[in-house]
Amino acid sequence: MRPSLPLFPEQASSFASEVDALYFFLVALTAFFSVLIGGLVVFFAIKYRRRKNSPPAVIEAEGIALELTWSIIPLIISLFIFVWGASLYFKGSRPPDDAAEVYAVGKQWMWKIQHMEGRREINELHVPVGRAVKLKMTSEDVIHSFFVPAFRTKADVLPGRYTTVWFKPEKAGAYHLFCAEYCGTKHSGMIGYVYAMEPNDYQNWLVGGTAEGTLAQRGEKLFQDLACTNCHKAEGTGRGPALAGIFGTRIQLEGGAKVLVDEEYIRESALNPTAKVALGYQPVMPTFQGLMTEEGLLSLIEYIKSIGPRKPSDAKSQK
Amino acid sequence: MITAPISVPEREHYLNASYGLKSWLLTKDHKRIALLYLATITFFFFLGGLFAVMIRLELLTPEGDMVQSETYNKLFTMHGVNMVFFFLLPAIPAVLGNFLVPLMIGARDLAFPKLNLASWYIFTIGGLFTLYALLSGGVDTGWTFYTPYSTTYSNSFVIATAVGIFIAGFSSILTGLNFIVTIHRMRAPGLTWFRLPLFIWSHYAASLIMVLGTPVIAVTILLLAAERAFHIGIFDPALGGDPVLFQHLFWFYSHPAVYIMILPAMAVISELVAASARKRVYGYEFVAYASVAIAVFGFLVWGHHMFVSGQSVYAGLVFSVLSYLVAVPSAVKVFNWTATLHKGSIALETPMLYTFGFIGLFTIGGMTGLFLAALGLDVHVHDTYFVVAHFHYVMVGGTIMAYLGGLHYWWPKMTGRMYPEILAKLAALTVFIGFNLTFFPQFILGYLGMPRRYHAYPEEFQVLNVMSTAGASVLAVGYLLPMCYFIWSLRYGKVAADNPWGAVGLEWQTLSPPPVENFDEIPTVTHEAYDYVSLPNGSVTPKKEAHVR
Ligand code: HEM
Ligand SMILES: [Cu+2]
Repeated sequence: MRPSLPLFPEQASSFASEVDALYFFLVALTAFFSVLIGGLVVFFAIKYRRRKNSPPAVIEAEGIALELTWSIIPLIISLFIFVWGASLYFKGSRPPDDAAEVYAVGKQWMWKIQHMEGRREINELHVPVGRAVKLKMTSEDVIHSFFVPAFRTKADVLPGRYTTVWFKPEKAGAYHLFCAEYCGTKHSGMIGYVYAMEPNDYQNWLVGGTAEGTLAQRGEKLFQDLACTNCHKAEGTGRGPALAGIFGTRIQLEGGAKVLVDEEYIRESALNPTAKVALGYQPVMPTFQGLMTEEGLLSLIEYIKSIGPRKPSDAKSQK
Repeated sequence: MITAPISVPEREHYLNASYGLKSWLLTKDHKRIALLYLATITFFFFLGGLFAVMIRLELLTPEGDMVQSETYNKLFTMHGVNMVFFFLLPAIPAVLGNFLVPLMIGARDLAFPKLNLASWYIFTIGGLFTLYALLSGGVDTGWTFYTPYSTTYSNSFVIATAVGIFIAGFSSILTGLNFIVTIHRMRAPGLTWFRLPLFIWSHYAASLIMVLGTPVIAVTILLLAAERAFHIGIFDPALGGDPVLFQHLFWFYSHPAVYIMILPAMAVISELVAASARKRVYGYEFVAYASVAIAVFGFLVWGHHMFVSGQSVYAGLVFSVLSYLVAVPSAVKVFNWTATLHKGSIALETPMLYTFGFIGLFTIGGMTGLFLAALGLDVHVHDTYFVVAHFHYVMVGGTIMAYLGGLHYWWPKMTGRMYPEILAKLAALTVFIGFNLTFFPQFILGYLGMPRRYHAYPEEFQVLNVMSTAGASVLAVGYLLPMCYFIWSLRYGKVAADNPWGAVGLEWQTLSPPPVENFDEIPTVTHEAYDYVSLPNGSVTPKKEAHVR
């Protein structure tokens, strides 16, 4: 253990250098104003310090011009920083369409990761270099926060809903993964590593591990085990609607409203089925609250996504 | 330092007008109530400080080896709760404000003296509840009480602590009301709004927040308690609630609350700058309006604590831009204080040293607020030590510096004794050095990615943490020194003149310590505040004791 004094975190994602640019700008700005103000204060204090026979204070004429100057200049600088910060934020909130999707579940006190291709890991996340990765995340209990300093990114992970975070690793290596939102006793133990790997290594890694089938296949199995198929028959003749091809479409609800079928909607339909009932169906579906884990739910979502393209017309042919 | 016993001529003043515990516990005199508060919050300050010392000791090593995780989490929670709710919020208004608002406006007391005493009792009872929670096992939710951890998962004394804060909140509301009414109704003849000291303006603005904001935290605490005790689904999604709703409610109060902490500090700094430079505060009207602007716009920026909470991107944009707008009046104040020094006649006594400290540290604290309000950058530094460093720069470097500066400046008025000047300067310097050594490394730690509230941390963060702990021990000495010499000065301090600084405020026109009724005769005000031109020696009626250096 030799003492080290790092001053600056590693840059390992496409965001890193952009966030750092704003940081350096602000550091320079802060240094400038601190030196200016601090310098003036010290200078005045010395120059105008009260001595035996020093003259009384001079009251200068006050003009509105000076006040306006030092209101408007900070305002302009502030708005400039605002725009800069906001544009980074926008980028961070819009994952590219071709981003690879990975699912993460936070719970006291670990990160559980599921890859589409089937691999699962705990407190580790393997990702390829050079490709955007998008995490869909939820929590089993309290609020956590997914934080990878080397990627300059972070997003809270909430129970009862899905949040996303995305990044594009640019340098192979192992990087700290922290939980940043205080989550109880072992909060500081809810840590791990993100391994950014060269694409080939990553492919090898993906196919390794125990063969449990893909995430969608696990979801399909769950779909059958929980007897969802009894009602959601593929032909659409059951007591519930057929699910093939509905992901990403807008469906009509009882009562006239429309809803986008996304992760959030599927989750709600499984846990609180009577909240939004599809047009033409009875509110007869039982809740599956307590019957499946968050990870199970995610695999179901992945399964539903996998059955059929977005156009309902040719949905049947898929499965 | 003059230690020779000096026989005080036995003039009657508020301290010796009556004796005995009862005369204090039943007092309606705002000056005595201020001292009751002083004793109470000093207790909470050192209690909170004790927790801080233990936190820093644990963080000397990367492993969590000194205390258990449960204990560590309780330490930082109790540190935050104590410092925020039982020290920083009341510190300046309840001690210096209480003592000075009537004196500065030429009144005999606050508008509602009994209510003022009641506020202290309420505050103390709230504090006792929190102490009870502490002694029976403590709380581990962080001072922010985020749900659903606090409502469903924590096994600690959440409700007792929350009730303590709930109760103390009423004391804040009542103090705010008392100030507002007093400032409106009880100004001396001739004391128009724009002749008021800026101390009063800033306290007025802070009082508005106390009255309008505190009820929100009270309601939030009730909702939290309802969910925790009766499982009524409000915040926990498992019960049908929304955890982010809690954050909105919490910060709707707690962001304005940071201005309850900083506006009174700015109040003190305006007085200290003017008195040390013997000059009107430059841009008086702008500084006065800036206080009100901060109070009003401070209510509109709470969402900047939630940029990564999952709130909408557009909400984030609005909260970010509004945060930048609130930063402007703070900057305006700093510029005006600095300009006041220009061509002043500056006395470099202890209060002024604290003022310099305040201006420098508040500038850094405020500027780092600009980092945090920058959306894309906050994503990285949110919930890291960068935030910890930011708010300690503004609250410890700002509020506590101002509080200590003010305490030194008005100590002669409050007690009739001077503190030892050389020792006090040394302490001020110790505080400044200790403070920077403690908190500057935390900015770097935060940018490196060290999350806050971590009991154990990766090895590469150790050096910076050791620096921080070393700084904290220097800081502790800096805080203990004034406590010792203030107590010492009560008996051995040089007897203070009525106006030792040669300042023009009304509080300096009466005796030190003031008589029970404050003024023998209510003064009539003919000058604006800080009129050192018409009143060169600082006295409306020149007094012999006033020594001018
Ligand atoms: C000058 C303008 C200021 C700006 C733009 C600003 C901005 C911010 C922002 C955006 C945050 C949230 C950071 C995060 O959690 O990621 C924050 C945190 C905080 N600020 Fe400021 N701030 C300013 C001044 C102040 C002042 C004057 C005080 C108090 C006297 C203060 C006290 C705090 C506290 C206590 C927190 C953190 C609370 C917590 O999470 O525990 N700030 N500030
Ligand atoms: Cu805030």
